[in-house]
Amino acid sequence: MLSRDEDILKAAEDWRKAGRGVALATVVETWGSAPRPVGSNLVIDNEGNFLGSVSGGCVEGAVVTEAIDVIDSGKPKMLEFGVADEAAWNVGLSCGGTIRVYVEKVG
Amino acid sequence: MKLDILHALNAERAARRAVAVVTDVTSGEQRLVKSAAVARDPLKDVIEKHLRMAKSGMEETAQGRVFLTVHVPSPQLVITGAVHISQTLAPVGQLLGYDVTIVDPRTAFASVERFPDVKVIAEWPDVALPPLNVDHYTAFVALTHDPKIDDPALKHALARDCFYIGALGSKKTHAKRVQRLKEAGLSDADIARIHAPIGLAIGAVSPAEIAISIIAEITARLRMKSEKAEAA
Repeated sequence: MLSRDEDILKAAEDWRKAGRGVALATVVETWGSAPRPVGSNLVIDNEGNFLGSVSGGCVEGAVVTEAIDVIDSGKPKMLEFGVADEAAWNVGLSCGGTIRVYVEKVG
Repeated sequence: MKLDILHALNAERAARRAVAVVTDVTSGEQRLVKSAAVARDPLKDVIEKHLRMAKSGMEETAQGRVFLTVHVPSPQLVITGAVHISQTLAPVGQLLGYDVTIVDPRTAFASVERFPDVKVIAEWPDVALPPLNVDHYTAFVALTHDPKIDDPALKHALARDCFYIGALGSKKTHAKRVQRLKEAGLSDADIARIHAPIGLAIGAVSPAEIAISIIAEITARLRMKSEKAEAA
Protein backbone atom coordinates (compact mmCIF):
# COMPACT_ATOMS: atom_id res chain seq x y z
CA MET A 1 0.00 0.00 0.00
CA LEU A 2 2.87 2.35 0.76
CA SER A 3 4.37 2.11 -2.68
CA ARG A 4 0.93 2.60 -4.22
CA ASP A 5 0.32 5.74 -2.17
CA GLU A 6 3.69 7.02 -3.28
CA ASP A 7 2.73 6.47 -6.88
CA ILE A 8 -0.47 8.45 -6.36
CA LEU A 9 1.26 11.54 -4.98
CA LYS A 10 3.95 11.30 -7.65
CA ALA A 11 1.20 11.06 -10.27
CA ALA A 12 -0.47 14.16 -8.80
CA GLU A 13 2.78 16.07 -9.22
CA ASP A 14 3.48 14.72 -12.70
CA TRP A 15 -0.06 15.35 -13.95
CA ARG A 16 0.02 18.95 -12.70
CA LYS A 17 3.45 19.56 -14.24
CA ALA A 18 2.07 18.23 -17.52
CA GLY A 19 -0.46 21.06 -17.41
CA ARG A 20 -3.53 19.11 -16.36
CA GLY A 21 -6.02 20.43 -13.79
CA VAL A 22 -5.55 18.21 -10.75
CA ALA A 23 -7.27 17.60 -7.41
CA LEU A 24 -6.22 15.44 -4.52
CA ALA A 25 -8.79 13.67 -2.32
CA THR A 26 -7.74 12.36 1.09
CA VAL A 27 -9.66 10.26 3.62
CA VAL A 28 -9.40 12.42 6.74
CA GLU A 29 -11.81 10.70 9.12
CA THR A 30 -13.54 7.34 9.32
CA TRP A 31 -16.20 5.90 11.64
CA GLY A 32 -17.21 2.30 11.95
CA SER A 33 -16.05 -0.13 9.34
CA ALA A 34 -14.34 1.85 6.59
CA PRO A 35 -12.78 0.30 3.51
CA ARG A 36 -9.69 2.51 3.28
CA PRO A 37 -7.70 3.98 6.17
CA VAL A 38 -7.26 7.64 7.04
CA GLY A 39 -4.64 9.15 4.75
CA SER A 40 -5.66 7.19 1.65
CA ASN A 41 -5.50 9.26 -1.52
CA LEU A 42 -7.27 9.61 -4.82
CA VAL A 43 -5.87 11.89 -7.49
CA ILE A 44 -8.26 13.24 -10.11
CA ASP A 45 -7.72 15.34 -13.25
CA ASN A 46 -10.14 17.75 -14.96
CA GLU A 47 -11.15 15.10 -17.49
CA GLY A 48 -12.22 12.68 -14.80
CA ASN A 49 -9.18 10.39 -14.92
CA PHE A 50 -8.23 9.12 -11.48
CA LEU A 51 -5.74 6.98 -9.65
CA GLY A 52 -5.87 5.46 -6.16
CA SER A 53 -8.90 4.98 -3.96
CA VAL A 54 -10.66 6.43 -0.96
CA SER A 55 -13.25 3.70 -0.50
CA GLY A 56 -12.38 0.73 -2.65
CA GLY A 57 -14.87 1.72 -5.31
CA CYS A 58 -18.08 2.72 -3.48
CA VAL A 59 -17.89 6.51 -3.64
CA GLU A 60 -15.12 7.25 -6.12
CA GLY A 61 -17.60 8.36 -8.79
CA ALA A 62 -19.06 11.02 -6.52
CA VAL A 63 -15.61 12.16 -5.38
CA VAL A 64 -14.47 12.55 -8.99
CA THR A 65 -17.52 14.73 -9.80
CA GLU A 66 -16.90 16.94 -6.77
CA ALA A 67 -13.16 17.06 -7.54
CA ILE A 68 -13.82 18.52 -11.00
CA ASP A 69 -15.79 21.31 -9.25
CA VAL A 70 -12.87 21.87 -6.90
CA ILE A 71 -10.45 22.10 -9.84
CA ASP A 72 -12.72 24.76 -11.41
CA SER A 73 -13.32 26.79 -8.26
CA GLY A 74 -9.98 26.30 -6.51
CA LYS A 75 -11.86 25.99 -3.20
CA PRO A 76 -11.32 22.87 -1.09
CA LYS A 77 -14.35 20.79 -0.05
CA MET A 78 -15.09 18.37 2.77
CA LEU A 79 -17.29 15.46 1.65
CA GLU A 80 -19.03 12.97 3.86
CA PHE A 81 -20.28 9.53 2.83
CA GLY A 82 -22.21 6.97 4.78
CA VAL A 83 -25.31 4.83 4.63
CA ALA A 84 -28.00 7.32 5.55
CA ASP A 85 -31.00 5.92 3.69
CA GLU A 86 -32.01 3.83 0.68
CA ALA A 87 -31.46 6.71 -1.71
CA ALA A 88 -27.93 7.14 -0.47
CA TRP A 89 -27.04 3.61 -1.44
CA ASN A 90 -25.68 4.60 -4.84
CA VAL A 91 -23.07 6.88 -3.38
CA GLY A 92 -22.86 5.32 0.05
CA LEU A 93 -20.78 2.70 1.69
CA SER A 94 -22.32 -0.75 1.71
CA CYS A 95 -20.04 -1.72 4.58
CA GLY A 96 -21.96 0.57 6.94
CA GLY A 97 -19.13 2.93 7.74
CA THR A 98 -18.87 6.68 7.34
CA ILE A 99 -15.93 8.48 5.81
CA ARG A 100 -15.01 12.12 5.44
CA VAL A 101 -12.96 13.04 2.39
CA TYR A 102 -11.07 16.30 1.94
CA VAL A 103 -10.77 17.39 -1.68
CA GLU A 104 -8.26 20.09 -2.66
CA LYS A 105 -6.87 21.51 -5.85
CA VAL A 106 -3.23 20.88 -6.70
CA GLY A 107 -1.41 23.92 -8.05
CA MET B 1 -2.09 21.49 -2.18
CA LYS B 2 0.39 23.91 -3.69
CA LEU B 3 2.62 22.31 -6.28
CA ASP B 4 5.80 23.32 -4.46
CA ILE B 5 4.56 21.60 -1.27
CA LEU B 6 3.67 18.48 -3.24
CA HIS B 7 7.07 18.56 -4.95
CA ALA B 8 8.93 18.91 -1.63
CA LEU B 9 6.77 16.15 -0.11
CA ASN B 10 7.62 13.73 -2.92
CA ALA B 11 11.31 14.63 -2.66
CA GLU B 12 11.36 13.85 1.08
CA ARG B 13 9.64 10.53 0.50
CA ALA B 14 12.00 9.56 -2.29
CA ALA B 15 14.91 10.28 0.09
CA ARG B 16 13.34 8.04 2.78
CA ARG B 17 12.86 10.90 5.25
CA ALA B 18 9.77 11.22 7.45
CA VAL B 19 7.60 14.22 6.66
CA ALA B 20 4.25 15.68 7.72
CA VAL B 21 1.76 17.95 5.99
CA VAL B 22 -0.42 20.08 8.27
CA THR B 23 -3.70 21.13 6.69
CA ASP B 24 -6.12 23.57 8.28
CA VAL B 25 -9.30 21.99 6.91
CA THR B 26 -11.33 25.14 7.53
CA SER B 27 -9.12 27.64 5.69
CA GLY B 28 -7.35 25.19 3.40
CA GLU B 29 -3.99 26.54 4.56
CA GLN B 30 -1.20 24.04 4.43
CA ARG B 31 2.44 23.59 5.34
CA LEU B 32 5.08 20.92 5.09
CA VAL B 33 7.05 19.93 8.19
CA LYS B 34 10.26 18.04 7.47
CA SER B 35 11.42 15.63 10.14
CA ALA B 36 14.42 17.83 10.99
CA ALA B 37 12.06 20.76 11.67
CA VAL B 38 9.49 18.97 13.85
CA ALA B 39 11.22 19.88 17.13
CA ARG B 40 10.78 23.60 16.35
CA ASP B 41 7.17 23.30 15.24
CA PRO B 42 4.33 24.73 17.37
CA LEU B 43 2.48 21.41 16.89
CA LYS B 44 5.60 19.41 17.80
CA ASP B 45 3.86 17.01 20.21
CA VAL B 46 1.03 15.92 17.94
CA ILE B 47 3.26 15.71 14.88
CA GLU B 48 5.75 13.55 16.79
CA LYS B 49 2.94 11.28 17.98
CA HIS B 50 1.60 10.78 14.46
CA LEU B 51 5.05 10.20 12.99
CA ARG B 52 5.87 7.63 15.67
CA MET B 53 2.66 5.73 14.96
CA ALA B 54 2.98 6.31 11.19
CA LYS B 55 -0.68 7.35 11.21
CA SER B 56 -2.35 10.31 9.56
CA GLY B 57 -5.30 11.87 11.38
CA MET B 58 -7.42 14.82 12.46
CA GLU B 59 -6.38 16.79 15.54
CA GLU B 60 -8.00 19.55 17.57
CA THR B 61 -5.21 22.00 18.34
CA ALA B 62 -4.80 25.49 19.78
CA GLN B 63 -4.60 26.61 16.16
CA GLY B 64 -7.89 24.96 15.21
CA ARG B 65 -8.86 21.72 13.56
CA VAL B 66 -6.03 20.35 11.45
CA PHE B 67 -5.43 17.23 9.44
CA LEU B 68 -1.97 15.75 9.74
CA THR B 69 -0.77 13.67 6.82
CA VAL B 70 2.32 11.77 7.82
CA HIS B 71 4.60 9.89 5.49
CA VAL B 72 7.07 7.56 7.13
CA PRO B 73 9.41 5.35 5.11
CA SER B 74 8.56 1.67 5.32
CA PRO B 75 10.86 0.12 7.93
CA GLN B 76 13.45 -2.42 6.98
CA LEU B 77 15.11 -5.14 9.00
CA VAL B 78 18.68 -6.09 8.18
CA ILE B 79 20.16 -9.17 9.79
CA THR B 80 23.71 -10.48 9.65
CA GLY B 81 23.64 -14.23 10.06
CA ALA B 82 21.50 -16.72 8.15
CA VAL B 83 21.21 -18.63 11.40
CA HIS B 84 18.50 -20.59 13.20
CA ILE B 85 17.09 -17.47 14.95
CA SER B 86 16.83 -15.75 11.56
CA GLN B 87 14.60 -18.55 10.27
CA THR B 88 11.89 -17.21 12.60
CA LEU B 89 12.97 -13.55 12.80
CA ALA B 90 12.87 -12.99 9.03
CA PRO B 91 9.32 -14.28 8.34
CA VAL B 92 7.93 -12.66 11.50
CA GLY B 93 9.61 -9.39 10.48
CA GLN B 94 7.90 -9.69 7.10
CA LEU B 95 4.52 -10.31 8.76
CA LEU B 96 5.03 -7.11 10.73
CA GLY B 97 5.65 -5.16 7.53
CA TYR B 98 9.44 -4.95 7.39
CA ASP B 99 11.48 -5.33 4.23
CA VAL B 100 13.83 -8.03 5.46
CA THR B 101 17.35 -8.71 4.21
CA ILE B 102 19.78 -11.27 5.57
CA VAL B 103 23.50 -10.88 4.96
CA ASP B 104 25.83 -13.83 5.45
CA PRO B 105 28.98 -14.52 3.42
CA ARG B 106 28.94 -18.17 4.50
CA THR B 107 27.14 -19.73 1.56
CA ALA B 108 26.31 -22.92 3.45
CA PHE B 109 24.11 -20.83 5.79
CA ALA B 110 22.75 -18.38 3.23
CA SER B 111 20.86 -20.91 1.14
CA VAL B 112 17.54 -20.52 -0.60
CA GLU B 113 16.32 -23.79 0.95
CA ARG B 114 16.72 -22.38 4.44
CA PHE B 115 15.16 -19.00 3.54
CA PRO B 116 12.71 -19.57 0.69
CA ASP B 117 10.94 -16.18 0.79
CA VAL B 118 13.59 -13.83 2.16
CA LYS B 119 16.19 -11.72 0.40
CA VAL B 120 19.50 -13.32 1.37
CA ILE B 121 22.81 -11.82 0.24
CA ALA B 122 25.77 -14.19 0.42
CA GLU B 123 28.38 -11.43 0.63
CA TRP B 124 30.50 -9.75 3.28
CA PRO B 125 28.89 -6.72 4.95
CA ASP B 126 31.21 -4.21 3.22
CA VAL B 127 29.81 -5.38 -0.12
CA ALA B 128 26.24 -6.22 0.88
CA LEU B 129 25.29 -3.31 3.16
CA PRO B 130 26.04 -0.07 1.23
CA PRO B 131 23.41 -0.73 -1.51
CA LEU B 132 20.72 -1.50 1.10
CA ASN B 133 20.29 2.15 2.08
CA VAL B 134 20.52 1.36 5.80
CA ASP B 135 19.04 4.41 7.57
CA HIS B 136 17.06 5.65 10.57
CA TYR B 137 14.09 3.50 9.49
CA THR B 138 16.18 0.38 9.67
CA ALA B 139 16.45 -2.13 12.50
CA PHE B 140 19.78 -3.90 12.44
CA VAL B 141 20.44 -7.22 14.14
CA ALA B 142 23.83 -8.98 14.32
CA LEU B 143 23.46 -12.72 14.87
CA THR B 144 26.53 -14.47 13.45
CA HIS B 145 28.69 -14.54 16.62
CA ASP B 146 31.58 -13.94 14.21
CA PRO B 147 33.36 -10.61 14.79
CA LYS B 148 34.64 -10.61 11.19
CA ILE B 149 31.02 -10.37 10.03
CA ASP B 150 29.19 -8.66 12.90
CA ASP B 151 31.67 -5.91 13.81
CA PRO B 152 31.87 -4.15 10.43
CA ALA B 153 28.10 -4.45 10.10
CA LEU B 154 27.55 -2.92 13.55
CA LYS B 155 29.83 -0.01 12.64
CA HIS B 156 27.82 0.54 9.46
CA ALA B 157 24.52 0.44 11.42
CA LEU B 158 25.81 2.94 14.00
CA ALA B 159 27.09 5.30 11.31
CA ARG B 160 23.68 5.16 9.58
CA ASP B 161 21.74 5.88 12.79
CA CYS B 162 19.50 2.81 12.73
CA PHE B 163 16.53 3.17 15.10
CA TYR B 164 17.39 -0.20 16.60
CA ILE B 165 20.72 -2.01 16.78
CA GLY B 166 21.02 -5.35 18.54
CA ALA B 167 23.78 -7.92 18.80
CA LEU B 168 23.53 -11.52 19.94
CA GLY B 169 25.87 -12.74 22.63
CA SER B 170 26.24 -13.24 26.35
CA LYS B 171 27.47 -10.46 28.64
CA LYS B 172 30.96 -11.90 28.31
CA THR B 173 30.82 -12.01 24.50
CA HIS B 174 29.47 -8.48 24.46
CA ALA B 175 32.22 -7.22 26.80
CA LYS B 176 34.78 -8.50 24.30
CA ARG B 177 32.85 -6.85 21.48
CA VAL B 178 32.78 -3.53 23.37
CA GLN B 179 36.55 -3.79 23.81
CA ARG B 180 37.09 -4.38 20.07
CA LEU B 181 34.77 -1.56 19.04
CA LYS B 182 36.49 0.86 21.45
CA GLU B 183 39.85 -0.09 20.00
CA ALA B 184 38.39 0.58 16.58
CA GLY B 185 37.64 4.14 17.73
CA LEU B 186 33.91 4.03 18.47
CA SER B 187 32.62 6.28 21.25
CA ASP B 188 31.01 5.01 24.45
CA ALA B 189 27.78 6.73 23.41
CA ASP B 190 27.75 4.83 20.11
CA ILE B 191 28.50 1.52 21.77
CA ALA B 192 25.76 2.13 24.34
CA ARG B 193 23.23 2.19 21.50
CA ILE B 194 23.76 -1.52 20.88
CA HIS B 195 21.15 -3.69 22.59
CA ALA B 196 23.04 -6.56 24.18
CA PRO B 197 22.20 -9.05 25.45
CA ILE B 198 19.68 -8.83 22.65
CA GLY B 199 15.88 -8.99 23.01
CA LEU B 200 13.33 -8.33 25.73
CA ALA B 201 13.77 -10.38 28.89
CA ILE B 202 10.98 -12.94 28.37
CA GLY B 203 13.04 -15.97 29.32
CA ALA B 204 13.46 -17.01 25.69
CA VAL B 205 15.21 -20.36 25.27
CA SER B 206 14.66 -21.72 21.75
CA PRO B 207 15.89 -19.89 18.64
CA ALA B 208 12.29 -19.07 17.72
CA GLU B 209 11.62 -17.61 21.18
CA ILE B 210 14.77 -15.50 20.96
CA ALA B 211 13.53 -14.23 17.60
CA ILE B 212 10.25 -13.17 19.25
CA SER B 213 12.10 -11.38 22.06
CA ILE B 214 14.16 -9.51 19.44
CA ILE B 215 11.19 -8.46 17.31
CA ALA B 216 9.37 -7.34 20.50
CA GLU B 217 12.34 -5.17 21.44
CA ILE B 218 12.45 -3.71 17.92
CA THR B 219 8.71 -2.94 18.12
CA ALA B 220 9.17 -1.15 21.46
CA ARG B 221 11.92 0.96 19.88
CA LEU B 222 9.76 1.75 16.87
CA ARG B 223 6.54 2.64 18.68
CA MET B 224 7.32 3.88 22.18
CA LYS B 225 8.97 7.10 23.29
CA SER B 226 12.63 6.34 23.89
CA GLU B 227 12.53 6.56 27.73
CA LYS B 228 9.64 4.08 27.90
CA ALA B 229 11.24 1.72 25.38
CA GLU B 230 14.42 1.79 27.44
CA ALA B 231 12.46 0.63 30.51
CA ALA B 232 10.77 -2.20 28.60
